Amino acid sequence: MGEMTQPPTSSPRTLVFEGSEQGFATTRFEDLLNWARKYSLFQYPFVTACCAMEFMALASPRFDMARFGAEAPRFSPRQSDLLWVVGTITQRQAPILKRVYDQMADPKYVLAFGTCASCGGFYDNYTTLAGIDKVVPVDVYVPGCPPRPEGVIDGLLLLQDKIARGDRTARIVKPRQDPIDKVEQLVALRTANQDDLGQA
Amino acid sequence: MSQRVLDILSTRFEGAILQTHGQFGDDTAIVDPAQWKAIAQFLRDDSRLAMDHFIDLTAVHYPDREEGRFEVVLHLRSFDKAHRIRLKARLDLQDDGHVHIDTLADVWAGANWFERECFDMFGVVFEGHPDLRRILMYEEFEGYPLRKDYPADRIQPLVPFREEAQGKLPPFDRHEGMPFGRQTHDHRPGGRNLLGFEREDA
Ligand code: SF4
Repeated sequence: MGEMTQPPTSSPRTLVFEGSEQGFATTRFEDLLNWARKYSLFQYPFVTACCAMEFMALASPRFDMARFGAEAPRFSPRQSDLLWVVGTITQRQAPILKRVYDQMADPKYVLAFGTCASCGGFYDNYTTLAGIDKVVPVDVYVPGCPPRPEGVIDGLLLLQDKIARGDRTARIVKPRQDPIDKVEQLVALRTANQDDLGQA
Repeated sequence: MSQRVLDILSTRFEGAILQTHGQFGDDTAIVDPAQWKAIAQFLRDDSRLAMDHFIDLTAVHYPDREEGRFEVVLHLRSFDKAHRIRLKARLDLQDDGHVHIDTLADVWAGANWFERECFDMFGVVFEGHPDLRRILMYEEFEGYPLRKDYPADRIQPLVPFREEAQGKLPPFDRHEGMPFGRQTHDHRPGGRNLLGFEREDA
């Protein structure tokens, strides 16, 4: 969970100097701003259907979104940065969703919470919008019907990661590092383990 | 359980009750659509029947039938007599692409929105309905989605955001919908309540 999309680069953009009395760090203004942004996501909950239950779980102490700085709901789109689309959006609601999105101030992000918001889910019918990306650009899609809160937290971390990169493209974030991409490392790890076991 | 109701109906409306049957304790009468409203009125007003509880009104589309491809189905119950009945009327599409039947909105006020839904989903036109508009879908929606010949995979174009409200929006006329939501304890003079309707007691 929360694995970074990009491996740490060899030339970090933030340098921490220890050793003086207090210590200090240098960074770029953009990075500082993004860092502040990613931990102060004011959310606009556009909650329409059953996914709301998991959304409540997510906001409550057990899963506690507040840990990630995303707990403050704002019931005016003008004061919020992150549009949570939680639940089924119908064809009739779509223009309203678009309107809410348009009213949000830049920089703004959209998280599609659940299968319905991501692609329409099993509502393959005359009245359901097949995914909110038909009307608004989406930053993160969280699958599941409904998604587990852990899944949503994962999505939230992906979004924070995307914000930290300063990536404003409206699409799903880049795929994360998949362990299968580094088979050699895994094999090496396992061999090492076996060797350890053999010695013991 | 409500065989008695069927008996009373068949005696009173001989010829208009085309067929009856009972299944699982529910009795059904298939009636002549021309007598739809008269029968409903009788069911409500006759003291032996006293059908004061309007339960449901909907329609069914049977595309494979020779005739009577649309059935309007009505469920009624009586609180006092504790019996219930189901009425069906078989209809066909007219040249205008709709099915026509009389409204029951003035017999049971609750029928109002059910008939609107039925119109929205099946294109059944209830003659004499006070406000027959779509209730679930939007005005621009074409066709009637619960008819069997509506293509299952058809997706209609999105409509733009409406700057202007269309037609009536809540609060509705004071005789529509649920009255308890708009009671007010505002006793200012002037005879109007907070929503601008004239007060009953004014
Ligand atoms: S994804 Fe599932 S739980 Fe969420 S709104 Fe759709 S049907 Fe409900």
